[in-house]
Amino acid sequence: MSNEYILEMKKITKTFPGVKALDEVDFNLKPGTVHTLMGENGAGKSTLMKCLVGIYEKDSGQILLDGEEVKFNNTLDAMNSGISMIYQELSPVLDRTVADNVWLGKYPLKNGIIVDHKKMRKECIELFERLDLDLDPDVKMRTLTVAKMQMVEIAKALMNDSKIIVMDEPTSALTENEVEHLFKMIANLKKDNIAIIYISHKMDEIFQISDELTVFRDGTFVSTGPVSEYTTDSLITDMVGRKVETMFPKVDCEIGEPIFKVENLSSGKQVKDVSFELRRGEILGFAGLVGAGRTETMESIFGVRRKDSGKIYKNGDEITINSPEQALEHGLAFLTEDRRGQGIVGILSVAENIVLANLKDYGFPIKHKNIKKDADEYKDKLRIKTPTLKEKIVNLSGGNQQKALVARCLLSEPDIIIVDEPTKGIDVGAKAEIHSILTQLAGEGKAIIMISSELPEVMGMADRIVVMYEGDVTGIIERDSFNQELIMKYATNT
Amino acid sequence: MQQIRKNNVLAFFYLIKQIKEYIMKSKKSTIQEKLSQNSIWMIFVLMVILVTILRPVFMSPANITGLLEGESIKGILAVGIMWAILSRGIDLSPGAIVALTSVITASLVQNEGVANRLLGDFPQLPTMVVILIVVLIGATIGAITGVIIAYTGIPPFIATLGTQLICRAAAKMYSNRPVSNLPDNFRILTKGKVFGFIPAIVFIFILMFAISAFLLTQTRFGKNIYAIGGNRQAAFVAGINVKKNLVFVYIVSAIFAAVGGILLAARTGSADPSTSGLNYELDAIAAATIGGTSHTGGVCRISGVLAGILIMGVINNGLVLLSIDDNMTNIVKGLIIIVAVAFDMRKNKPAT
Repeated sequence: MSNEYILEMKKITKTFPGVKALDEVDFNLKPGTVHTLMGENGAGKSTLMKCLVGIYEKDSGQILLDGEEVKFNNTLDAMNSGISMIYQELSPVLDRTVADNVWLGKYPLKNGIIVDHKKMRKECIELFERLDLDLDPDVKMRTLTVAKMQMVEIAKALMNDSKIIVMDEPTSALTENEVEHLFKMIANLKKDNIAIIYISHKMDEIFQISDELTVFRDGTFVSTGPVSEYTTDSLITDMVGRKVETMFPKVDCEIGEPIFKVENLSSGKQVKDVSFELRRGEILGFAGLVGAGRTETMESIFGVRRKDSGKIYKNGDEITINSPEQALEHGLAFLTEDRRGQGIVGILSVAENIVLANLKDYGFPIKHKNIKKDADEYKDKLRIKTPTLKEKIVNLSGGNQQKALVARCLLSEPDIIIVDEPTKGIDVGAKAEIHSILTQLAGEGKAIIMISSELPEVMGMADRIVVMYEGDVTGIIERDSFNQELIMKYATNT
Repeated sequence: MQQIRKNNVLAFFYLIKQIKEYIMKSKKSTIQEKLSQNSIWMIFVLMVILVTILRPVFMSPANITGLLEGESIKGILAVGIMWAILSRGIDLSPGAIVALTSVITASLVQNEGVANRLLGDFPQLPTMVVILIVVLIGATIGAITGVIIAYTGIPPFIATLGTQLICRAAAKMYSNRPVSNLPDNFRILTKGKVFGFIPAIVFIFILMFAISAFLLTQTRFGKNIYAIGGNRQAAFVAGINVKKNLVFVYIVSAIFAAVGGILLAARTGSADPSTSGLNYELDAIAAATIGGTSHTGGVCRISGVLAGILIMGVINNGLVLLSIDDNMTNIVKGLIIIVAVAFDMRKNKPAT
């Protein structure tokens, strides 16, 4: 029996304690196509994929591979049946070679005992040539860029004769050139009749690469069809169930006097002689490619990273910041890019996470009532969706974790707010909310520094944009001269 | 006869495991969730019932008092070590600190005029002064350990192993023989009764437990340590002075150990540099761990630790009553710790 679909998932249901993550969701995949899963964070895309590759056990429903029901107990099962997943957060073995990583878990043996390194190397080279990849099988994984590591992951999937490759936000850490390369590779894979399940939040990308789309919302199936049947607006409407009026609700605020100045700041190789000034009511954008040193600049301002030299002024007075503790005392707040690593304390509750930077305000002994009151207030203000404030924060969606961290920043009543990729990996609805919060704060006279790798975002929100390249500030652009070409020119230093 | 005893122990252990498994499986309704959260107390109650059935004398006031007195010192160590574990570290030094502080305590309060007095003609000091000095010594040891851990990045396991060896050796250098002949007005610390019926040593345990519980749940320090144990980098970025807080963790642990050292000298009426407090830290770590303090950091419930301490007490006492030999007692303890941690790891597995 021939099948139109290589993969059919029927009425998949999955519940976690207290949450129905998937409710009788259907999903069908044709061979040789790129099928994008869309939906806000928490819509169930990742959960569905984890049910597919055997990380989660579905409660009910059917998975048909080439028309036959399958059940995978773990990712190895799935891999052996030709389904590979490339995770958003890659986990390569950094101190082993590329070839070792490609063959990880299934090293070929000579005489049944000795690992056949020759074969590993030879087949790697053949595969890289076929894929037109510029990779050396003998170098350590650690020396590669994130983009290259991703290529290694894809190569690993192909070495396994995968027929279906799941890519979870593969472009979130890539530069534009690297994205293009990835897309070329995906096009080649399609020619070999490999089906790609693609998860992404980036609209332009989705329309560029997808053949089919399926939209989920709150764990339920909303719509599916060829990409030609969708427009950006209809897609957003399907995803959030309502219209998102404007993506970047920039309101021109009155820009006041200078409040903060950084002079000749240097830190290691990533921050070289950076100077800029920030005014009240201003949103100062920081643009640049990944690795341009923007995060490192902010980390050294905030005292997370050691400064080699440079001066920081607030309201004209020089201030010393050697630790985040001092930064907070001087009225700075920092929303970090690395939400899991530097932001949330996963096993603590939402309320505890919100007040974490401000515990000194709750007295001795701690007045738990006040903590609850403040957390409640910000939960309503920022519309943080959580069953209760006692819920462990790790159980919230990315967007809601981010809102809790925004609440943490605001609770210290800062004058200067640094936000690093504030909308990375969160869904459109939450994104728009974060944007309007930032605009509102600027309106209240706070000064905001916003790092963003999404040009439309930084251009939509900022009053001025500082562009960095390999640790240097290569240009500062005023709002009336914003254009993509100019920013990219500075960002690539050409 | 030996065989029957062994079977008793195995059946006993098997029952505990079955109940834990049952609770794990049936984690559905909120009532069951509540029960599961307090499963450690259910285990405790169950063990008490079991031991009482097998040896009714367990429930006699004399035995209960003895049990509590016996566990008080290790219990104080446990509510100190708990802090190190919560911060995602460990403290292996308390047992040795007990040895050093108990010898110093004993030497300072030792009756004057006894033969071979350790400090010769050095005057006998009042109990309160001695307590103050010894607690300060404990705090200093803890501060040094804490600074080493916080500022050099040496893993706590290694750093506190070092302190353990140094303190034990220092105790032996301080006195090459046991110090005895301690005055009654000092030994009243453990022999006296508070409110006429609570043994003083138990009262001091309750006091130390309350201090630890207060610090943990009602102060910024406690909240900071939860955050540091849960995600050190996030705590740092949130403006918490991680290093300073870590130093205080080891100071707390060492002060609690010093209090344990004072009480041990008072309880036994002597202090032996080579055997006092030996392996106490292991029982204390076990109690904190059974009580649900997670070695991956950031998780600790003070009520659980209390249950852990009492469970260790019931095991120690119960197996003596059942006249089971020492080795078997340790095997049971070992198994219970492993099961407790395995259970803990399952419970703390995130949903997504």
